[in-house]
Amino acid sequence: MSAVTVPKLVFRGGVTLPRVIRSEWTKFWTVRSTYWTLFVAAILTIGFPLLAATVISSHWGQRSPGDRAHFNPLDPALVGSQIAQLAFGVLGVLIISSEYSTGMIRATLTAVPKRLPVLWAKTIVFGSVALAFALPAVLIAFFATQSILTRHHASFSWHHPGVARAVIGAALYLVVTAVMSLGIGTILRNTAAGISTFAAIFFVLPPLMDVLPTSWNNAISPYLPSNAGRAIIQLHGGSGSLRPWPGFLLFVGYAVVALVAGAFVLKRRDA
Amino acid sequence: MIEARELTKDYGEKRAVDGLTFDVRPGIVTGFLGPNGSGKSTTMRLILGLDRPTRGHVTVNGKPYAQHPAPLHEVGALLEARSIHTGRSARNHLRVLGQTHGIGKQRVEELIDLVGLHEVANKRAGKFSLGMGQRLGIATALLGDPATVMLDEPVNGLDPEGIQWIRTLLRGLAAEGRTVFVSSHLMSEMALTADHLIVIGRGKMIADTSVADFVAGASKQLVHVRSPQGAALSELLSGLGATVEEVEDGMLEIGGLSAEAVGEAAAANSIVLHELTPHQASLEEAFMDITRGELEFGHSEAAV
Repeated sequence: MSAVTVPKLVFRGGVTLPRVIRSEWTKFWTVRSTYWTLFVAAILTIGFPLLAATVISSHWGQRSPGDRAHFNPLDPALVGSQIAQLAFGVLGVLIISSEYSTGMIRATLTAVPKRLPVLWAKTIVFGSVALAFALPAVLIAFFATQSILTRHHASFSWHHPGVARAVIGAALYLVVTAVMSLGIGTILRNTAAGISTFAAIFFVLPPLMDVLPTSWNNAISPYLPSNAGRAIIQLHGGSGSLRPWPGFLLFVGYAVVALVAGAFVLKRRDA
Repeated sequence: MIEARELTKDYGEKRAVDGLTFDVRPGIVTGFLGPNGSGKSTTMRLILGLDRPTRGHVTVNGKPYAQHPAPLHEVGALLEARSIHTGRSARNHLRVLGQTHGIGKQRVEELIDLVGLHEVANKRAGKFSLGMGQRLGIATALLGDPATVMLDEPVNGLDPEGIQWIRTLLRGLAAEGRTVFVSSHLMSEMALTADHLIVIGRGKMIADTSVADFVAGASKQLVHVRSPQGAALSELLSGLGATVEEVEDGMLEIGGLSAEAVGEAAAANSIVLHELTPHQASLEEAFMDITRGELEFGHSEAAV
């Protein structure tokens, strides 16, 4: 057998954050779960509102005048993004937990032994993808649903006070959800635990508050991550929720805490 | 060059690596030998900084691994545990790791050709056989043209042709002046590829020596002898201070005397010999001997 020689490599510098971002970008687009989850998210964010608006429109004649007066045209437009957060949450956890379940994390951290650039790069890549995906999706959902509802004079224009903030806010909400779930996944390192924790915080905790005495519920509920974040999607800050921007900033704060805790765990614990 | 000093790692109550001090030098193949569970993989994880040592430290080419600006250019590693996302193709796996160092597509293709994975490079790594996975792992290790190559049980799962290929590769890497550190639990494999040996058992250093010295030092000089007058011969040789053991029907294993001495003693006492063979302990026996002692020590310690 002939000798095996490794071809020489001309080296150009070492590990840099832009390079790690490039690597994470390729990682993101070279596994199937990405495409599945984004496909599901698209169906939920755009398809669900279209369905809702069509149903509302076809049953409009059966609504009482009171119902019509209280109808909020934003509800069908943004209902999908409320559900799509599940897809973003799952993908955020998977991006890191799948590296632990497959062992890829050992290769990743061998290439980038300083470790933290990996988490920042994942955050930048997934955050940008989430924004680039969610913003057009909610805009399409908004304009499509409003064009269906406009024949009943039950639609909002983009310039209606609070509408632009609520619609763009729905996209921002999804981006922060994505980053927060990435933080959760980095802390827990396990797909099942990560997704359960994400679902508990976003879907189980809020309704669970209803078993508390009303005064407690009213004091705590607005500050839960998902409720605080959703304040930005409300057209009018109701009595039971924080004002839009303070609420959203609190939600961002939760995401930052999750990410920083994840960074701490990633840096300190054995891989 | 790898330099470990008093390297120690505890996992909870269990001490996996216990005060290892050793150097792995460039230009030769250094075998890292020990039974399964003796701490070889943990030591390699400590070298790469995947795990943090409880005590002591280890450097690669003069610095802790994580402090090198281009780590893949310093150490290329194949770990025993799979380190590949099962859903990603071999080609994309190499691409994403290369991209962290600005290593381009052309290099990735060179390595795919080098390890002979061209036909399956677009297949998902989860579908790979053990042997294909090992080849991809080796391509990963060599991606950054590393000064130090560290392979954990590289021949596992390879067919004879693949094993031959690895041996040639390791010798070639060392001949190019690289540091080659390769672990195995098989002494016979090390005998064929390694120049130097680091032997550990239960996380502790047992030997840090050349392969030749290890064999010479560990093996006992034994003589196998067969005689129709076995009982008389046994008595005679015992009288000369030798150890005598009947290893199979009619075959005596003599320790402490050379073959010449046994033959001369038999002739002087008119004892007929049918066979007289000097017996050099094999590497595997030497290894078993030395690690058995370590394991027994461990058991008695646990019993106290």
